[in-house]
Amino acid sequence: MKIAVCIKQVPGKFKIEIDPQSGALTKSGTDSMINPFDQNALEEALRLKEKHGGKVSAVSMGPAQAAESLREAIALGADEAILLSDPAFEGSDTWATAHVLSLGMKKLGPPDLIICGRQSLDGETGQVGPELAEMLGLPFVSSVSRIEEVGEGSMRMQRMAEEGHHVVEMQLPGAISVVKEINVPRLPSLRGLMQAKKAAITVWNGQELGADPARVGSQGSPLRTVRVTQPQRSAQREMLQGSPESQVDEVVEKLRQSRIL
Amino acid sequence: MADHKGVLVCGEAIEGKLAGVTAEMLGGGRKLADKLDEGLSVVLLGSGVKGLAAEAIACGADKVYVVDDPLLKDYQTDAYVMAMVNAVNQVAPRVVLMGQTSMGRDLAPRLAFRLQTALSMDCTELDIDAQSKALIQTRPVYGGNARAVFTTESLPQMATVRAKAMSPLPRDDARKGEVTDITAGIDASKIRAKFVQKVKEEVTGVKLEEAPAVIAGGRGLGGPDGFKQLEGLARLLKGAVGATRPAIDNGWVPTSIQVGLTGKIVAPELYIAIALSGSSQHMAGCSGSKTIVAINKDPEANIFREARFGIVADWKQALPAFTQKVQELLKE
Repeated sequence: MKIAVCIKQVPGKFKIEIDPQSGALTKSGTDSMINPFDQNALEEALRLKEKHGGKVSAVSMGPAQAAESLREAIALGADEAILLSDPAFEGSDTWATAHVLSLGMKKLGPPDLIICGRQSLDGETGQVGPELAEMLGLPFVSSVSRIEEVGEGSMRMQRMAEEGHHVVEMQLPGAISVVKEINVPRLPSLRGLMQAKKAAITVWNGQELGADPARVGSQGSPLRTVRVTQPQRSAQREMLQGSPESQVDEVVEKLRQSRIL
Repeated sequence: MADHKGVLVCGEAIEGKLAGVTAEMLGGGRKLADKLDEGLSVVLLGSGVKGLAAEAIACGADKVYVVDDPLLKDYQTDAYVMAMVNAVNQVAPRVVLMGQTSMGRDLAPRLAFRLQTALSMDCTELDIDAQSKALIQTRPVYGGNARAVFTTESLPQMATVRAKAMSPLPRDDARKGEVTDITAGIDASKIRAKFVQKVKEEVTGVKLEEAPAVIAGGRGLGGPDGFKQLEGLARLLKGAVGATRPAIDNGWVPTSIQVGLTGKIVAPELYIAIALSGSSQHMAGCSGSKTIVAINKDPEANIFREARFGIVADWKQALPAFTQKVQELLKE
């Protein structure tokens, strides 16, 4: 089974800085890591490979430093890692990102299954997976919490829904997004870490992917960011004083007065 | 493109009733439609859903489009996308709203792609620019540490809306509206991911996302026993218990009650945060709460910068006092 996992490098710690004049984001965070949901996606791919054989490719669109996250994916057990990177991709919204990933998947040779995380920690859209599936003409099942069975040309899985879960059967090739309930990601082995150190990360740029400049980067992104702001903190704040009991009494009384209790 | 008009809400039913988020979108959508001086309509997809039309009108819709088809009985992406493309093409709305639900998350990106239009997910605020009639879409990003405002040029303008971000209108059964049937136009051979069955999860007590009060605990509770003590207060307030990620990672409570960036997003009337620091990742899941009360023994804890009321105390003393006080209050 040929499995491709989409990986995004995200900040491990958020540190937001916004240019007050232009309202543009100048800094978003530090300590990069593999997006948590993508860690679950990679783990599930590795488990499928262990059970059914095959190959796991980790694919990421991002700047040169995203190679670190791909190296981490190799340390965890991915067979190969591909970075789709080009200055022209900067400023891509979900649509342009999915377009670049779709070109990457085509160049890679269409996988039997594409696994994505449900959403990224920073952009939080959850759009790239389903858009990628649409662009490749693949079926897609989102928020998968368990893969029940992988058969010849189809797979059966559970997807999370408000009232519990749905059991869905999807044709292969296809794509899914996973939630963190699906598994607990492993830690890298010593051998994996050694392999990752010397592993070559394949890098494909826009030209190698045959990307149309009008469809990538901010040019290829229909969503216009007007501004980014920091949320207002609660304007009314009250710290109580005194013994625990008297503070509690006072709060409960205030909640009663404002009819919250 | 010029003839795109009005706001269309994609309705959802839960257990034969209009979903809460649908009523909220009708409330929010009403304001947008009035600002545009255009109509508000809702599309109901499903099997045997026509009965919900009256409820949708009472909640603010001018027009209800009913797409009734056995293939729409349970949510299946391919069938729903085909039916929605068909409906949107017929209605030609300026704005399409969907709930940020398991269905909306799944359906909206695919629908937007088929319609070749842009989409903002999980919006907490929507407005109309009076001049351009553009939909101004605000959504949290970077784990709730920032809010981004978007506009799009393509039509229809699409957004999914977070639960509890908008307020439903008071139900008005005297409201008049029009009900129209639309054929689903589904090609069954194009359904590639088939719904097999629904497995309901038994929830004891109140569902976290719907609870009017959430009592949340963090690492400071020290273990599963600490969480047990939150349950008493939760029961009194007809609320639910939530937890931070460290408490989940320690295995004290199940993943299903995690509140935060990688857990559930809640917006209750009252959020009582006990022995938790209030990390930005946690706040991303509860900052929409109407009133936050914090109990923490560390006066420097971030949660005190987020809370309406701060109680600086050891939870072991404050929680029993709080529970008792509420109990007395309810007796009166």
